[in-house]
Amino acid sequence: MIDKEVPSLTEAVAGIADGATVMIGGFGHAGQPHELIDALIAQGASDLTVVSNNAGNGDGGLAALLSAGRVRKIVCSFPRQSDSWVFDGLYREGKIELELVPQGNLAERIRAAGAGIGAFFTPTGVGTELAEGKEIREIDGRTYALDYPIRADFALISALKADRWGNLVYRQTARNFGPIMATAATTSIVQVDEVVPLGSLDPESVVTPSIYVNRVVVVGERRWLRNNEFVGGVDLEGQPLDGPAESTAGGTN
Amino acid sequence: MSTKLSRVELAQQIAAAIPEGSFVNLGIGAPTLVANYLPADLEIILHTENGMLGMGPAPDAESVDPDLINAGKQAVTALDGAAYFHQADSFAMMRGGHLDVCVLGAFQVSENGDLANWSTGTPGAIPAVGGAMDLAIGAKEVYVMTDLLTKKDESKLVAACSYPLTGVGCVSRVYTDHAVFDVTSEGFAVRELYGDNTMELLSTLTGLNLIDATATAATD
Repeated sequence: MIDKEVPSLTEAVAGIADGATVMIGGFGHAGQPHELIDALIAQGASDLTVVSNNAGNGDGGLAALLSAGRVRKIVCSFPRQSDSWVFDGLYREGKIELELVPQGNLAERIRAAGAGIGAFFTPTGVGTELAEGKEIREIDGRTYALDYPIRADFALISALKADRWGNLVYRQTARNFGPIMATAATTSIVQVDEVVPLGSLDPESVVTPSIYVNRVVVVGERRWLRNNEFVGGVDLEGQPLDGPAESTAGGTN
Repeated sequence: MSTKLSRVELAQQIAAAIPEGSFVNLGIGAPTLVANYLPADLEIILHTENGMLGMGPAPDAESVDPDLINAGKQAVTALDGAAYFHQADSFAMMRGGHLDVCVLGAFQVSENGDLANWSTGTPGAIPAVGGAMDLAIGAKEVYVMTDLLTKKDESKLVAACSYPLTGVGCVSRVYTDHAVFDVTSEGFAVRELYGDNTMELLSTLTGLNLIDATATAATD
């Protein structure tokens, strides 16, 4: 019997070694696997290369991983924003390396890795400083720059539901980088609200097929849902509008 | 002092130029305002590059859903007919030329349609590009929404951009608070003058040779 569910976050992030390349899903807070990131911080791996759209928001999640000094290099499209003070400080002190990639090229480089593409020509960035030094080719009258895949040792992803085979469905715009990162990592680790019985996910609606998933860990229903129904009452970071968060598992992504 | 449209008035002008059935991406910042003025009786489908078509307006505070945000990481809603997709699909529909219109802000736009809107190139500044370069080269029509002048009264329409480029030859039209300019092979053509602005005044403000296309544009 195949069962990719692991019983704890600790086991979910086991084996991530110093120096590993780790993809971390999410766009801002949406889809960011906060619980897996916290587990990775506790696990202790360092000298990491992180591939993620942003470089952390506020003090939790990816920002906390950065602030713990575990990340040597970040590959992302949009590190600087109003609440990216952790990254900003490290970058200014020269304590973190940045590879800035236009968002569409970042996504396509991840997709290419998962799809076995050796490299591809993209029009995005041509004529800008982000394409400096790249091979340029004109194809059918348009100019393109050569870009290479980004693959990772591990991907940390947040999804809504999985079955024990690792089929995944996501929720709304929290899907963002999850499906492509799952394809591009040697080991894909997914936190979900719940694991449902095999056969209960509609095969027509599965977004990430099980072949791309290695480990699944349940973190509990997100705070703004109750029994799969949206109940709201939270801010954009998932914190309750009417007071401090309970300290139960789940609901912080 | 000549007429200057407010941000809201400019957003209304752009909204009125977008035909029904268009797939539209509104960039972060001022372009987001355009959504508020799209005619309610027309079906115009908004794309947000973090992964949705059919984006609707902001919800009330009680109904904020952290899983449902736009590219500016603000709470939004999904309209009937909306679709979610992952990042590679989202940028494929952009890069692949499927979007009809994209509205972006700008630091500078050059006469040949080069756009600079992601970095001022200030030493020590932390760079962040996001989807700006993909948006600039992806949509069939790239509209820029901007003040004509900087706070220091320098023209944002220039012969050649001095700031780092976002895209080359990608802008089709510039909506400014003074006038609307089309990018043509001969330079900027003025489509519409707002209020008491004149061709002479715009030439003075921009320092550029401008083409008067107000007569032909009015009959478009």
